[in-house]
Amino acid sequence: MEFMGYVRADGQVGARNYVAVIPSVVCATEVVEAIVSQTELTKGYFHHQGCCQLPPDLERVTDSLIGLGANPNVGAALVVSLGCEGVDNEKLVAEIAKTGKPVEIIRIQELGGTTKAIARGIEVAQKLVMAIAGQQREPVAISNFVMGIKCGASDATSGMASNCAIGYVADKIVDLGGTVVFGETTEFIGAEHILARRAVTPEVGEAILKIVEQMERRAKSLGCDMRKGQPTPGNIAGGLSSIEEKSLGAIVKSGTRPIQGVMDYADRVNGRKGLWIKDTPGREPEILTGMAIAGAQCILFSTGRGAPQGFPTVPVLKICGNPNTFAHLQYNMDINAGRILTGEKSIEEVGEEIFAKLLRVLSGETTKGESIRYSKTMDIYTMGPVI
Amino acid sequence: MGDLLALKVHDQDNVATVFANDVKAGMTVSVRDKKGRIISIEVKNDLPYGHKLAIEPISKGTPVRKYGEEIGVATEEIGPGEHVHIHNMDSQRGRGDLEQV
Repeated sequence: MEFMGYVRADGQVGARNYVAVIPSVVCATEVVEAIVSQTELTKGYFHHQGCCQLPPDLERVTDSLIGLGANPNVGAALVVSLGCEGVDNEKLVAEIAKTGKPVEIIRIQELGGTTKAIARGIEVAQKLVMAIAGQQREPVAISNFVMGIKCGASDATSGMASNCAIGYVADKIVDLGGTVVFGETTEFIGAEHILARRAVTPEVGEAILKIVEQMERRAKSLGCDMRKGQPTPGNIAGGLSSIEEKSLGAIVKSGTRPIQGVMDYADRVNGRKGLWIKDTPGREPEILTGMAIAGAQCILFSTGRGAPQGFPTVPVLKICGNPNTFAHLQYNMDINAGRILTGEKSIEEVGEEIFAKLLRVLSGETTKGESIRYSKTMDIYTMGPVI
Repeated sequence: MGDLLALKVHDQDNVATVFANDVKAGMTVSVRDKKGRIISIEVKNDLPYGHKLAIEPISKGTPVRKYGEEIGVATEEIGPGEHVHIHNMDSQRGRGDLEQV
């Protein structure tokens, strides 16, 4: 089983070939916007972090940006620094460069301000684009694939249709020697005992229970009922009555294979195989980013009510469990898993349809979200206060 | 008119989920389980697509079960065919409000 990908110097395989333009701090994002708008094959990471945060968060932001630059869909990277931020730019550039891809940095204050940085940035970005534009796809084994999973704007169909079909694909990728990463620790609450039973060792089971306990403690820290935050008003309107019900449906998307371990938010896969958990919240910008940091080349995104988000450098395939939503949001949804509920298709049939589409998307086919450039949803999950 | 479909996920569940549009009070839905067995239940309330009905009596203070697991606790007596949602069941998790002294 193969797909056509870009083989990188470090052995990873990309499904896309972009120059990532990375603001090392929120203050540099408008320069990045200008560079990206003037160049082809460039993608900006428009996050809101990088300064006036506690040291553990600054380290996490630095590591996250490294992961985003190291993602195999990125062929080259341009870091745009303001010049006085808290992110460790030396480490950022050095670690991305270790993957063997071209990396450059420009500094706004050093260059004489934003206008000059934009002009210089376009020149450098063009040079990087030309350096990678000739790279050709090659056939590679599916075992090189790292699949990210997410469900968003869920309703009662998510846990009974789209997540079941994604779970089928997750099992298949694991069985073919690939890597699957899922997260949304908040949406383990009430279902963590089932995940812990699937852990490869008692230690991994304890790690799963621990991240859920920590997440629930954070959610309860303001002394209020979590509802409206989780489940969301849309989840509730869609028939989900409690976080327990949402979680029990959400974990279905991870399939049935053993859980190998828990990765921290900024961790990269680095050769890990099989099914892994990444400790993330449920909100889209932070988890899509977490999957890209891990090294995912494509993210399977389950939805019931219709979540449109995409990611700058990673195609996001929308699997819709609700047949009414699929018909209504046809320009955002890729696969209609609602046919499982109408009895037209089995879970296996929709799962195979997703898998076939996935191989094509990994080989270059455009998702619906990519086709309309709805692909800027990203941010980095931090723990402490902004100070 | 075709059967109005509701699905029971697990044998131990006391609710089923309706996957039909415009289900109104007084209509009869076909509750199907994983083995394809069907029971007919008259619904007591209007049910939006994807919402749950009780398929057996659920006493106040006892668990509501879906996927064979507890998804909350009934806050009142719930009869077969009644809508089960946030008005008559309560989540037990993430409840910082219950920890206030």
